[in-house]
Amino acid sequence: MQQLISLLVENKAGALMRVAGVLTSRGYNIESLTVAKTIDPTLSIMTIVAEVSEQGRELLIKQISRLVNVVKAVDLSESRAVRRELALIKVFVEENRRAAVLTEAQVFRAHIVDASPNSYTLEVTGSQDKLNALISLLRSYGPVEMIRSGTMAMARAKHNKLPVPRFSESALSDG
Amino acid sequence: MALLSGAQILLESLAREGAEAVFGYPGGVTLPIYDVLYDHPLRHVLVRHEQNAVFAAEGYARATGKAGVCMATSGPGATNLTTGLVDALMDSIPVVAITGQVPQALIGRDAFQEADTFGISRSATKHNYLVKDVRELSQTIHEAFYIAISGRPGPVLVDITKDVLLAEAPYSGQQAMEPLRGYRLEVEPTPEAVERAVEFLWNAERPYIYAGGGIISSGASEELVRFSELLEAPLAHTVMGLGGMPAGHPNYISMLGMHGSYAANLGITHCDALIGLGVRFDDRVTGRLDKFAPDAKVLHVDIDPAEINKNRRADLGVVGDARAVLKRLNERLAETRGTLGKKRRQTRLAWMQHIREMKREHPFCYQGSSEEIKPQCLMEKLDEIAGGDSIVTVDVGQHQMWAAQYLRFNAPRLWQSSSGLGSMGFGVPAAVGAKVACPERQVIAIVGDGGFMMSIPELGTIASNRLPVKIIVMNNNTLGMVRQWQELFYDKRYSEIDITSFPDASLLAASFGITGGSVASPEDLDDALQHAFAEPGPYLLNVQVAPEECVYPMVPAGGAVSEMILQPESQAAEAVAGD
Repeated sequence: MQQLISLLVENKAGALMRVAGVLTSRGYNIESLTVAKTIDPTLSIMTIVAEVSEQGRELLIKQISRLVNVVKAVDLSESRAVRRELALIKVFVEENRRAAVLTEAQVFRAHIVDASPNSYTLEVTGSQDKLNALISLLRSYGPVEMIRSGTMAMARAKHNKLPVPRFSESALSDG
Repeated sequence: MALLSGAQILLESLAREGAEAVFGYPGGVTLPIYDVLYDHPLRHVLVRHEQNAVFAAEGYARATGKAGVCMATSGPGATNLTTGLVDALMDSIPVVAITGQVPQALIGRDAFQEADTFGISRSATKHNYLVKDVRELSQTIHEAFYIAISGRPGPVLVDITKDVLLAEAPYSGQQAMEPLRGYRLEVEPTPEAVERAVEFLWNAERPYIYAGGGIISSGASEELVRFSELLEAPLAHTVMGLGGMPAGHPNYISMLGMHGSYAANLGITHCDALIGLGVRFDDRVTGRLDKFAPDAKVLHVDIDPAEINKNRRADLGVVGDARAVLKRLNERLAETRGTLGKKRRQTRLAWMQHIREMKREHPFCYQGSSEEIKPQCLMEKLDEIAGGDSIVTVDVGQHQMWAAQYLRFNAPRLWQSSSGLGSMGFGVPAAVGAKVACPERQVIAIVGDGGFMMSIPELGTIASNRLPVKIIVMNNNTLGMVRQWQELFYDKRYSEIDITSFPDASLLAASFGITGGSVASPEDLDDALQHAFAEPGPYLLNVQVAPEECVYPMVPAGGAVSEMILQPESQAAEAVAGD
């Protein structure tokens, strides 16, 4: 079953390798992994989606938490976290259907970020399902190339499990 | 502030952290370190293979509880450390490994003796570092020792590029610890956990204490004995825990698990409250998990939260240092003694009596012989010689299990065994490290003929450093444990197990400049041992033992602990039923 893990890690060389290593050494395939710095540039947040057996989930979180560079690890699989993904989709389209693609883009609140005489590139964010829907729709217009960012997740306000650095704190500490 | 080179900072930092000896082997990129070492007071012990540098560092650490330090050059030097690092990781032994790395300008260019040490050692260590700035070196060494020793101990590797060793930086000798934000230590148990544990403990009718390496690493022996006495509960040790409770204590049963005693394994099968202290429910202890302690509720104490519920779900998990937890529990147990009703106390005493009877009726046993030396007989004699207070290091295999069964230890940190990883070739270099750590103590390496063949180069280290270590080779001319499994589970199809061409021990020893000898007949054994231990220097004794002896009892791999085989078929084997 898919496990969604959110991690606050020290932004140090090797941190990604350590986290990924805990998963790969157990034979778990990482479906997606996103990582970027937080407001505090010495910390990063990672979101990992991986196929993990039901019995393995608690142990996996504990073994990741045990890593020296990991400040906190939480399992968001069961929580109503906000989950978003970004996709860039390039669709090759015949001249007579270009207008229709623009309409589809509007419906999905996607932006056109590049255009050429025979293609459009769309930028869209949303849930996995929304992205899947748009992609399958666009495929009916012509060949499609796409890149997806993988899922990022943030716990909802009332259930904020990860001590995400806040702007105010960081502004203070940065002097 | 004085400007020092990276190499100087490294050695000063090692000395500052309390390192007394470094086990190492020099090479191209560590030349700057060895140049500083040339007239530095820090002791360096030149081993004959980098793998043995880690094993020796482990020997030092297991004997003292302090971090053992080893050093190797880049590339092959570093890759040779890997087995020892994993060994230390599996057994939670504090080791700090220093490796040289090619200059930063050459990293990633397949330079001579370049290897991705940082990547390779990631899964072999508790934590590792690649130092690319000389200004971070001192702090990194400080962190490395702190991480190696604290919490659940383990190996930490620090990879240092050659240009860092040559670059200069100010060095004050003082060390302020920057907070390690991702490193949490949960030493003290929560008061709620203590109260729940106390209730758990008094509710038990048939309590059983299963204590492991966590007792040794936290220094909880005294507290453990008191705990067992307060509860009037029997106690068995894992291989890692031997010596945690003195073997002569009336509450002590023996080692448990695959080659544990009848009483230890039947006891754990029938207990109703299993108290795991600093243990990890290893498969060599539990056998088939769903039949392990089937009637027991489990209280599991460990400093590593990831151990709780890993293999056996705990009814009550207490995260904390074994010593700190036992201290608190003992206080509360002493205060709440009255909770235990008369009837329950009677039940518990009967249980204890039952365990003691099983122990008396089913001791570790073997059939003696006047024609050949039985390995168990050798162990009994070594037990007498060791006297419960010598350091004994072992390799891996049959001799290891017989030593664990027959040698009795009166204190922790006397018994050294590669228990989790099971690395052959551990015993001799570990004895080197132990002797460097404890020069006043008798150090005996008991090894098999297979493992000894992996360790022969270290006779050079022993000779050069005049380390009076006694090496006893239990020689059955075969890879005995592999042979045992082939006999029992592979239709006696003995495949690639004969260690032929074993060298003549006295000639081999003499060629290194030390003394040695061999013994094959039972009537000469006492004299041979007496001679070996009377010798003031190191001694290599090759003892030819009965080649076909198997280690019993034995729980077949994947079998239930209660279904152990007590003795060979030829002696009317009986499988012990669980009930």
